[in-house]
Amino acid sequence: MSHPNDRAYSKDHEWVMVDGDVAVIGISHFAQDQLGEVVYVDLPGVGDVLSVGDSFGEIESVKSVSELFAPVSGEVVEINGALGDSPETVNSDPHGDGWMVKVRLADAGELDALMSAEEYDAFITEG
Amino acid sequence: MSEALKRTPLYDEHIALGARMVPFAGWEMPVQYAGIIEEHKAVRGSAGIFDVSHMAEFRVFGFGAFDFLQTMFTNDLHRISELGQAQYTLLLDDDGHIIDDLIVYHSGDLEYFIIANASNADIDFAWLTQHATGDIELVNESDRTALIAVQGPEAVRIVTELAENGWVAPSRFHIGEAMLDTVPALIARTGYTGEDGVEIVCRAADAPVLWRALLSFSEVSPAGLGARDTLRLEMGYPLYGSDMDRTNDPISAGLGWVVPKAKTGYIGAEAVAAVRATGPEKKLTGLRVEGAIPRPGMSVLHEGVEVGKVASGTFSPTLQTGIATAYLPVSLTEIGTTLAIEIRKKTVAATVVKPPFVSSTSLSA
Repeated sequence: MSHPNDRAYSKDHEWVMVDGDVAVIGISHFAQDQLGEVVYVDLPGVGDVLSVGDSFGEIESVKSVSELFAPVSGEVVEINGALGDSPETVNSDPHGDGWMVKVRLADAGELDALMSAEEYDAFITEG
Repeated sequence: MSEALKRTPLYDEHIALGARMVPFAGWEMPVQYAGIIEEHKAVRGSAGIFDVSHMAEFRVFGFGAFDFLQTMFTNDLHRISELGQAQYTLLLDDDGHIIDDLIVYHSGDLEYFIIANASNADIDFAWLTQHATGDIELVNESDRTALIAVQGPEAVRIVTELAENGWVAPSRFHIGEAMLDTVPALIARTGYTGEDGVEIVCRAADAPVLWRALLSFSEVSPAGLGARDTLRLEMGYPLYGSDMDRTNDPISAGLGWVVPKAKTGYIGAEAVAAVRATGPEKKLTGLRVEGAIPRPGMSVLHEGVEVGKVASGTFSPTLQTGIATAYLPVSLTEIGTTLAIEIRKKTVAATVVKPPFVSSTSLSA
């Protein structure tokens, strides 16, 4: 499985897909593979305001915990509540149904700091 | 990097299966193949095979073997006087603290076979050597042997199919010989998963043949150390280094059942008797946590005050909850007591339960 080129990626292994002024955020295929089977996802509340780099949640597998870091700033407008009951969706469909939060972009300029799929693939290969 | 990690005879097999390798007790070991939860469920539902060749194997034989080991170990070797019997036991130091937990098998006439933890292999062997009497031979078989655990409701049937016609698996907590496929092996009906199954001891060079023969059964999945840990903790089986070490006595660790009261004369006996006389201050206690995963080192709280730390903690794939052990003051160990665990920024309720956390397995059936 590869990383689709319809979105941008952060060094913290999140992806960001922009639709108008809303950014959908999830974790990359690479990240879910490294983490292993996800058993808990802890997300922020709707209305929370994130600044780029903020820890906004946690994702936990049997062996490890990873913090989620905001790849962009903005207000949380929706969270993927379905992950509460079926966190394994993060593994089976990280770039689709495994999305985590939707954020109303505060500064679209922040997107420039993110990587393309190609750049991200190179980034993870370098380790 | 410190010393180079050791590799088991099955290293290439793990790489070929796409295992994720991690350092463990000085060894490079597979932590998972398909995924910890998937492997865990395979073992509970069918059969899994584990490379546990990192573990230590010793052989003690000679006319003094019984007397020597009776002095070294807490459990009473009279309980395994028949050939083929095995028992779980402890090696204690003079202060009654736990050096290691082991299984001793009465593998032959005047002969015992011992399986010990990888992390303690050198310590145990040095301790035994230091105390060895002139009428025994003590042999470290670790480097030339491999150990493959086959665990799960289908495990014994599969191993029986690999054995020569007419072979009958040893009973629970017994050991016997077998020719598996073309491999001469010792088969021990023991394990660390709570499922029925065996642990197969064979020549290191034979391990890959046996591993592949076992994997040729569609019911068998390779399972790593990750699943081994979730499986053993669901059963409340203690792990050396997490649930007990050189700071714990067997009574506090809940292992009084392998330290018979009537037995005297083994190293650490007086210290254990003293703990029994006064009662332990703390006991290793099971905790169940909903909606979060307790991890080793996290604080256990009672009314906001730390009363202990998580010893072992993980996610139970069977229960879909967090499970843990912790040394807690005896007054807080009553079943049903509500405590809390500090899980990063949150304080999560934890209920005292009596292990095993999971009670229905192919062993309990």
